[in-house]
Amino acid sequence: MAGPAGGGPLTWRVARLVERRVETPTAQTLVLAVPGWPGHLPGQHVDVRLTAADGYQAARSYSLAAPADGDRIALTVQRVPDGEVSPYLTDVYAEGDPVEVRGPVGGWFVWRTDEPAPVLLVAGGSGVVPLMAMIRARRAAGSRTPFRLVYSVRSPTDAIYADELRRRTRDDLGLDVAYVYTRAAPEGWRGEPHRIGLADLNTHGWPPDLEPRCYVCGPTGFVETVADLLVGLGHPTRRVRTERFGPTG
Amino acid sequence: MTDLSYLDGNMLDGPLRELFAVDLSDATGRCESCGLVGPLAGLRVFAHAPGLVARCPRCTEVMLRLVRSPDRAWLDLRGTTFLQVPMPLDLPRPD
Ligand SMILES: Cc1cc2nc3c(=O)[nH]c(=O)nc-3n(C[C@H](O)[C@H](O)[C@H](O)COP(=O)(O)OP(=O)(O)OC[C@H]3O[C@@H](n4cnc5c(N)ncnc54)[C@H](O)[C@@H]3O)c2cc1C
Ligand SMILES: [Zn+2]
Repeated sequence: MAGPAGGGPLTWRVARLVERRVETPTAQTLVLAVPGWPGHLPGQHVDVRLTAADGYQAARSYSLAAPADGDRIALTVQRVPDGEVSPYLTDVYAEGDPVEVRGPVGGWFVWRTDEPAPVLLVAGGSGVVPLMAMIRARRAAGSRTPFRLVYSVRSPTDAIYADELRRRTRDDLGLDVAYVYTRAAPEGWRGEPHRIGLADLNTHGWPPDLEPRCYVCGPTGFVETVADLLVGLGHPTRRVRTERFGPTG
Repeated sequence: MTDLSYLDGNMLDGPLRELFAVDLSDATGRCESCGLVGPLAGLRVFAHAPGLVARCPRCTEVMLRLVRSPDRAWLDLRGTTFLQVPMPLDLPRPD
């Protein structure tokens, strides 16, 4: 089962923007009110559809960034230069404006709070969004399941949710966060900027013997690389779940 | 593998729910070409072809093709021997 969505065909619902939070220079969190929202599991996503005045429609998928709060859902959108949908959502879409939303969808890339296995989360860029939903759901459920997040970003200013992650590693017992910087590392960080590799996953992940569940999310090339490395380290493919966000790396 | 422009099969859940009454996110399929049995979520979906084209992650043959126009959907499953869909006994009612 995918979760609270149940069976039956999915319908588009009209959602309205109620709040906007700036996360990084290029990413924003949009809080939408979706009347009749049925709830969702961490890791699920929605399809968002825009309709232009001439009737032209464009739909894209966005992960749910937090557990449901009544009929409120949160999405975090990274602006893709020259994109059709993301620049509209980050630059034009205003409080009270409608968009259409369909979901929740995706019953595969989900974490359930009653699963006892340790969890390894590996994020590239905006791929942290559904993983953050898992971290927030873990906290909300008072779960003690050990979590490790390895988060690859270009530079410190590109890290989405950085303040909250800092707070949670202090307050949420059993959550560790390690960063990999690909372009510019902060003062005092050990090592040179580099693309994520075996050593990062070996040092900051879980050994396969502990039978962790691994969730990998980000641009397609990033997910491909990390999933191959994890399988190479001995994690069985069925315990490595992936969510590819699309082009680039 | 040079072409990294694909997504995962789990992105099909929304589009397929327009056609099917059940949620296919736990469904498994068998590739007609190489026999691989695996989750629908594990397929490689190319979304910029006309419609959605889902390929087997092992042999890369097309297993499923879905083309949607405003007034119809066209689903081609010829590369799939079967789809197995778990049907839990106590399905919650659709909302
Ligand atoms: C299941 C799923 C969940 C997703 N969750 C999120 C999320 O939580 N937050 C989020 O910001 N995005 C997420 N995405 C990506 C999102 O759906 C869009 O692809 C992205 O916002 C770009 O759309 P666009 O219309 O702005 O660009 P488009 O007009 O589609 O593309 C413009 C250009 O950017 C390239 N491009 C397309 N997608 C991306 C991308 N993801 N990264 C970099 N370049 C790209 C295209 O190849 C093209 O050259 C998710 C994708 C999937 C499949
Ligand atoms: Zn095959």
